Amino acid sequence: MTTTEPNTADDFATPRRDRLRRAFFRFSQSKLSMLGAAIVAVVIFFTVFGTVLAPYPEHVGGGVDTASRFIPPSAAHPFGTNELGQDVLSLVMAGTTVSVLAGFGVVLIGSVIGTLVGAVAGFARGWVDEVLMRLTDLTLTIPGLILAMAIAAALGSGFGNMVIAIALSWWPGYARLVRGEVLAAREEVYVTAARALGATPKRILFRHILPNVVSPIIVKMSLDMGFAILTVAGLGFIGIGVRPPTPEWGTLLSVSRSYMPDYWWTAMAPGMAMFLAVFGFNLLGDGLRDILDPKARR
Amino acid sequence: MTQPLLSIRDLHLRMSSFDGRAHVLNGINLTVNRGEIWGLVGESGCGKSLTGLSVSRLQPTPPAHYTAGEILLEGHDLLKLSQAEMQRLRGKRIGMIFQDPTTNLNPAFRIGDQLVDVALAAAERDPDVIGCSPNAGRRERRQAARKLAGEMLARVGIPNALARLNDYPHQFSGGMRQRVLIAMALIGRPDLLIADEPTTALDVSVQAQILELIKNSVKDFDMGVVLITHNLGVVAQTCSHVAVMYAGNIVESGPVAAVIGNPVHPYTRALMSAIPTRETRRGELRGLAGSVPNLITPPPGCRFAPRCQFAQPACTAAMPTPVSVGDSHAAACIRVNEMEALVDD
Amino acid sequence: MLHFILRRLLLLIPVIVGLTIIMFAIARLLPGDPVALAAGPNATQAEIASLAVEYGLDKPIWVQYGNYVAGLMHGDLGTSLLTRRPVAADIKAYLPATLELVFAAMFIAVVVGIPLGLITAVWRNRWPDYLAQVGAIGAISMPRFFLGLLLQLCFAMWLMWLPLGGRLPIVVIPPRFVTGFLTIDSLIAGNWNAFFMSLRHLALPAIAMSLSPLATIMRMMRASTIEVMQQDYVMTARALGLPQRKIITKYVARNAVSATLTVIGLYFGWLLGGTVLVETVFDWPGLGLYATKAIVSQDMMPVIGVALVIGLLFVFANLVIDLLYGVINPKVRYS
Repeated sequence: MTTTEPNTADDFATPRRDRLRRAFFRFSQSKLSMLGAAIVAVVIFFTVFGTVLAPYPEHVGGGVDTASRFIPPSAAHPFGTNELGQDVLSLVMAGTTVSVLAGFGVVLIGSVIGTLVGAVAGFARGWVDEVLMRLTDLTLTIPGLILAMAIAAALGSGFGNMVIAIALSWWPGYARLVRGEVLAAREEVYVTAARALGATPKRILFRHILPNVVSPIIVKMSLDMGFAILTVAGLGFIGIGVRPPTPEWGTLLSVSRSYMPDYWWTAMAPGMAMFLAVFGFNLLGDGLRDILDPKARR
Repeated sequence: MTQPLLSIRDLHLRMSSFDGRAHVLNGINLTVNRGEIWGLVGESGCGKSLTGLSVSRLQPTPPAHYTAGEILLEGHDLLKLSQAEMQRLRGKRIGMIFQDPTTNLNPAFRIGDQLVDVALAAAERDPDVIGCSPNAGRRERRQAARKLAGEMLARVGIPNALARLNDYPHQFSGGMRQRVLIAMALIGRPDLLIADEPTTALDVSVQAQILELIKNSVKDFDMGVVLITHNLGVVAQTCSHVAVMYAGNIVESGPVAAVIGNPVHPYTRALMSAIPTRETRRGELRGLAGSVPNLITPPPGCRFAPRCQFAQPACTAAMPTPVSVGDSHAAACIRVNEMEALVDD
Repeated sequence: MLHFILRRLLLLIPVIVGLTIIMFAIARLLPGDPVALAAGPNATQAEIASLAVEYGLDKPIWVQYGNYVAGLMHGDLGTSLLTRRPVAADIKAYLPATLELVFAAMFIAVVVGIPLGLITAVWRNRWPDYLAQVGAIGAISMPRFFLGLLLQLCFAMWLMWLPLGGRLPIVVIPPRFVTGFLTIDSLIAGNWNAFFMSLRHLALPAIAMSLSPLATIMRMMRASTIEVMQQDYVMTARALGLPQRKIITKYVARNAVSATLTVIGLYFGWLLGGTVLVETVFDWPGLGLYATKAIVSQDMMPVIGVALVIGLLFVFANLVIDLLYGVINPKVRYS
């Protein structure tokens, strides 16, 4: 342990920065969190470059190679080929883009809607709060997957529609979280002080309350990423969502079901990819929660 | 020759923490006989609770580490026992009562069940506790234990005791809960009772009743008691003997009449003068200047020296050893014998 | 107590109204013509129109909604275009399968998860605990449908120990309908063969469903056990000589379970809605599979009905949990 004599102006860094540095230190001390961060980094890498780096880019666009159907895993095709002779590894690599972007879209849209609803409800209180929170509770009561399936079916297939459909079943958690935090923050002394100084409600909400709600939202978003990816894949598995030939993990897995057990390898790569991506995001989310929002730890 | 019930000899305890090692007990010597109630007084953090927990070996090690000394219960060193052996002594030979009666009873269980479990655990060691042969069936033993639990509750002054065995802790008032806890501590008929601030969380009127109850139990059960408190009034009211602790040391000890009637250690004197009396006028409440020293880097010599109005250079040279000043009355101060003259000035 | 239950049951009414409105709003958004789809490719315009009239689908949406609510009063959930049967009858047939699966999964999760949580808490920060913690995150991250597929591949296709899917082999005559749970009904009928058969069919889907709640319950139980172990009354119990084993299994466990119960209640509702994927994998004739088939063919009445039933069960499960909570934690009983 070294002594930290504050002798330069830099050492009097803002408490926020100091807190961040400390948090980062604790995060890096946790091996599991680092593993999660590493997996997520790889996943994001493939999200961006997966299509480009795929060994058989022609298969990604829907190209088929009937001569080489159902080749078991080999050097040329580490995860074998599927019923159309497409390289499974290439499809899974390219599928990262759809799955992760869709998952991110769901979490982003869900958190924006939920934050707005929760912030308005918590800030307005009274009947507005009552109406918004009843709606939130109601949406929570409907099984999320069935709601998402119904909305997706209603909107029609396609990437955007699928993301919107899932996001519409995803926001209530954020609404509850943000409302709770806003209600708690309202009572804080600094908010009372700001109000006494004549700050407008809008300013109080955006300058004083929301910044303090950011950490729990980020934690929840990172914890939700994995489940959003799972839900996207689930819709694909059922056959609602992105249509082939766009490669998507859930759809790939669903197609491979028909060729079990003889051509089992067609299922392994998409399934493991899903598992690893979700695992990475969950580890990362757990680590982030521990450092950013220790009181939520239970 | 009869052995003393409890004899703590030169007990040293070190605590490891993030900041370093703290020498929290520094050569504690204390002897408790049956029929005696020893008050252990001092400010927060002086080590009085740690001494109590050490006797039951409830202080987790690590972070605690006993570096020297022994704790003899009728001649057997408790520090040498394993936790399993200790567990058989707890409740049976050594009973304990803690400060907050609201948190020390399990809220999810009827108090009857909690009493019965303690009695059955004690009966494992000594079947006489529940008056039932060890070969008796489970059911029979439970019934005997339950009967005893009812008797104990009545004995600690809970009206309608048998019916109340079926109540949950939240259905009792604070004072009644402390009575229940005393019944729990006494149900195994311990030889030694350690009461850690048993009345601090209670109203003054209830406090007196609880102290009276402890006092009477000493006679009934022929126990020795260590009563940990920060309140000299409680000591004067209840105890036969007192040991004053400061920063991990016992600075003065002896019979209550001697120590309170004629305190010789400057710290005891300071504590006494901090008690408001009838003559204290409004606004004159006096505290003790300064605070308990840092135990990681304690001051050299007498640990009280930095706060002592009589300190001399010699005080910081070495840790003072107890000096006898009368019938089993001792104080650890190098200026004990000058004290009377100093005070008269 | 009775007052409390009645008040909670009254709260179901706004839930029913809200749920049906939301689901109707979604049904309105449907782009395709479900009637045409149901009538079949060779249907004439007249046939489609008559089908629409038959099912009241020619009327404006609010009239349809009014009719629906009127039907709801006497337990009519509308008619499925796909099966041409009343939705209520379909749900009655499919719900027990889903419930049986959910109960079995929950049973596994609770029976394994709670002791594991207790043990890992006692062993905390040692390697078995670390292993269990990583395993738990892994279990939560595992897609249930992929896990189901792996289980099928391993135990049904390669080892051939357990059946691939369904609830009973076709050759086994199902027991008389009492509860709708095949395991229980076959026991009531005294039909051991059917009992073991249904248990064998239940095993894989129940395991696939149970893994994630198991891990969550374990983590929750571990956290609350650690919290409870720091309570004063645990110290008192130790100080009064209770054996460590008894303190953990009796005193700590009871207090820790009551904190875990809430999670179990939440998970029950979550599982009810989450059977869809597992039912698809194992061809399990439950609500999820029913809803999926209905959604794919844009048949909205069953979807509304399923959402309603699951929503109500979810609310109901939480009520039961609240009551159970009172049993375990006497302090809240009277409030």
